[in-house]
Amino acid sequence: MSDSSTTLPPALAEIRTDFRELEVRDRLQLLLEFSNELPELPAHYAEHPDLLEQVVECQSPVFIFVDVDENRIVHLYATAPRESPTTRGFASILVQGLAGLTVDEVLAVPDDYPSDLGLTEAVSPLRIRGMTALLGRTKRQIREKTAA
Amino acid sequence: MTVATDPSARFADFAHPERLVSTEWLDQNLGTPGLVVVESDEDVLLYETGHIPGSVKIDWHLDLNDPVERDYINSEAFAALLGSKGITRDTTVVIYGDKNNWWAAYALWVFTLFGHEDVRLLDGGRAKWQAEGRAFTTDREDAPTVDYPVAIRDDAAIRAFLPDVLAHFGNPLIDVRSPEEFSGDRTTAPAYPEEGALRAGHIPSAQNVPWAKAAADDGTFRGLDELSAIYRDGAGLTDGDNVIAYCRIGERSSHTWFVLTHLLGFEGVRNYDGSWTEWGSAVRVPIVKGSEPGLAPAPR
Repeated sequence: MSDSSTTLPPALAEIRTDFRELEVRDRLQLLLEFSNELPELPAHYAEHPDLLEQVVECQSPVFIFVDVDENRIVHLYATAPRESPTTRGFASILVQGLAGLTVDEVLAVPDDYPSDLGLTEAVSPLRIRGMTALLGRTKRQIREKTAA
Repeated sequence: MTVATDPSARFADFAHPERLVSTEWLDQNLGTPGLVVVESDEDVLLYETGHIPGSVKIDWHLDLNDPVERDYINSEAFAALLGSKGITRDTTVVIYGDKNNWWAAYALWVFTLFGHEDVRLLDGGRAKWQAEGRAFTTDREDAPTVDYPVAIRDDAAIRAFLPDVLAHFGNPLIDVRSPEEFSGDRTTAPAYPEEGALRAGHIPSAQNVPWAKAAADDGTFRGLDELSAIYRDGAGLTDGDNVIAYCRIGERSSHTWFVLTHLLGFEGVRNYDGSWTEWGSAVRVPIVKGSEPGLAPAPR
């Protein structure tokens, strides 16, 4: 569909392929698997909810925190309630897809990556906006933390 | 009625007690021929995490909204949808969902547009069923496809459009959004996505009764006396009133439509589903800011 596959980081490209190879109704099941795989917050953030930023564009409460380590590797943490599996699934895709990437690699991820997963028809365009916002806020936090 | 109604005493005072079933009743009646249970949630994946055994899923975005126009699906699409869920015209449908049955009430209202006669809500919704430790399953439910007739969608009775609201001034309007949206401090529900209204505030003369006031802490509907105090004493509605309710896209006001119509017994209540995302962007319609309702303009 787009030629971004050549530049997309491998994990994100693989996730996209996995979704697109499925029938629409099975894509929801895969999203549910991602939802179940969202890691718990590290204790430090779990005990300090003030460090987390709420993504208000998502329909359900979701909070993210982005950390950039000394090697300029991005670490994304997210939490959302069990009653909001779609939002958890969106966050989990980004947590897994961005894992181990550098600042520059994350900032280079196309902003419309969420719309490219083949999920739009499975969850509706309005809902996919929540994931676009998650990616946008992740990038914004990275820019703020790396602006020196 | 295909399936007998829930005789629970706590529903007896309501105008239409046959529109509610309790979790106990549903548990005892699961599997009854002629009964189909429908889950309708805000979260499109919640059903897949576990649902009431035998229930089918209907999603407001994917199933009930037209994919192109801002409208509900047409009669043919509705017939195909319900037939694919094992629902016939005579089926007793019980709908439940998350968020105090917010989306379940919306689905019920859409079913009513098409004149589906026996459609009920599970009082307390998904949360109460879960809190009581009742059964959930992740099994795929493959409902047998049955014939559902192509039924006329009758918008006039329970649905209001923008010109209807302009002509309605002088009659009661209920704005069921949060106080912040009503006053114009914001255009979206707290913690909800921006859905694109250019102006903030409310329709002149509307009374602000946030929809969730009708729900008790456990998600069940409040009793008749409490509901009467909220809508009759609080919002000034009197019997015989011609009421229009609205919110942001018509989903929260479906919940209020259910309360006014089926629990309090008001007749002719309409839901303005264009709601604030239409009114707040329309050209030359009157808007009031602040927490007071404001005066009704002349109807036009």
